[in-house]
Amino acid sequence: MEKEVTENNGDSILELTNIKKSFGNFEVLKDINLTVQKGETVVLLGKSGTGKSVILKCIIGLEHQSSGKIAVFGKEFSELREEEENAFRRKIGFLFQSGALYDSMTVRQNLEFPVIRQPDYKKEDLTERVEEALNNVGLIDAIDKFPSELSGGMKKRIALARTLMLNPEIILYDEPTTGLDPVTSNEISHLILDMQKKLKVTSLIVTHDMPCTHLVADRIVVLKEGEFTAEGTYDELSKSKDDFVRGFFEFE
Amino acid sequence: MSEKVKTADIPEVSSFKLSLPKSTQEFFLKVAGLTLFAFRFIKELFRTPYEFRESLKQFYEIGYKSFSLIGITGFIIGLTLTLQSIPTLEKFGASSLVPSMVALAVILEIGPVITALIFAGKIGSGIGAELGSMKVTEQIDAMEVSGTNPFKYLVVTRIFATTLMLPLLVILSDAIALLGGFIAINLTNQTSLKLFLMNSFASIDMKDVIPATIKTFLFGFSIGVVGCYEGYNANRGTESVGIAANTAVVISSLLVILIDMVMVQLTSIIF
Repeated sequence: MEKEVTENNGDSILELTNIKKSFGNFEVLKDINLTVQKGETVVLLGKSGTGKSVILKCIIGLEHQSSGKIAVFGKEFSELREEEENAFRRKIGFLFQSGALYDSMTVRQNLEFPVIRQPDYKKEDLTERVEEALNNVGLIDAIDKFPSELSGGMKKRIALARTLMLNPEIILYDEPTTGLDPVTSNEISHLILDMQKKLKVTSLIVTHDMPCTHLVADRIVVLKEGEFTAEGTYDELSKSKDDFVRGFFEFE
Repeated sequence: MSEKVKTADIPEVSSFKLSLPKSTQEFFLKVAGLTLFAFRFIKELFRTPYEFRESLKQFYEIGYKSFSLIGITGFIIGLTLTLQSIPTLEKFGASSLVPSMVALAVILEIGPVITALIFAGKIGSGIGAELGSMKVTEQIDAMEVSGTNPFKYLVVTRIFATTLMLPLLVILSDAIALLGGFIAINLTNQTSLKLFLMNSFASIDMKDVIPATIKTFLFGFSIGVVGCYEGYNANRGTESVGIAANTAVVISSLLVILIDMVMVQLTSIIF
């Protein structure tokens, strides 16, 4: 019985209870339970198309679960009014698989966009903040470039910088290293690790990238057929008796 | 167990829904979707914060950048309409009525409708494709998750711009069409511009011009709503960008003609 039912703890920042999600007749998520503690980095493993990204999108409110409860900072999304919902979202960063940079804007405008639209924004020069965020991801030279002039890895780093502009407490990463060469993947993984150390953010990462997982994960959960089938640290799960779980770790 | 699922699959309530053909269902769903979208625009239009900068940019992109296309078409329409009317009216010995006939036709009907149709083709498809590709590449989702309101930034500014810019473009197009008409008359006869304009406006008064102007606002509004709706609700995948652009043009052109018909009827009842 490797599967563990969510335990309730005072420090939990994100709590998913009995999440179900169907698209038409296809039930993607059957019964998802997960608690993430403050400051923790949890990696979600699973085969492609098993609904890992759907879990992230349900948390941020881009998809709605068919049933079950999602509580972030102890509050449920469905209980919130629109303004509260937006305030809530600002505390959660979401890194899209594609980066989702605004392609009609320069990198600088991309980074400024969410900040100048916050209700508590006072007119100020954002140059310093933008430069700091770009320095964090090592791409200060790209400040006046358009997304079309950037490589895949650069786009993801800029997207991470944009996410950091709002100082989120939780960051949800949707396959941050997919489609990148091993060297760039490694850079992004170290960047994620840096963010954890520097900013003490809580992270939930969906990935297939095992070196990245090894580097950043405090805890790993494995999704199989709409349910979490295993949970543990990298070392624990790599010795799992379950062939499916061990399959992720036998990549060499 | 399987029996239970089977009965649950065909609830009585849905039998009405099932009896309608799929295309009819889609039609009503689209009408409902567009109506709700238009109401949401009105609601969001008055809510702070206002996107002044983006609105100005859209005025420029949607209005100013359409000037030359609308101007050229207006000129050619005025010219050809006049050239083709002259022989017919001469047969009835009414060639002095050419300016006022051209002015009536252009200001009441041809100017607004042709300009709106060209506008639907240029701007409606542009908005549909732009928002559609933003949706497909998750840029709209990205705005949403950062706690900003993509509807305000993308949709409100564009519908606002189409609603205000189309009437201005129609006025411009009407003026250039009359200039085309004046040139056409001067190809065969000599007329002074002053006489031409006096003849043109002799048969037009405000109760013609006001409804004709009101309908251009409605044309602009409907083109903006349809273009934004199709783009904003594009499905995933590159193909859906093309579909969004195409559907935007088809539906908004049809709406222009429909609104025109309704407005003409209403005008004749009210005035």
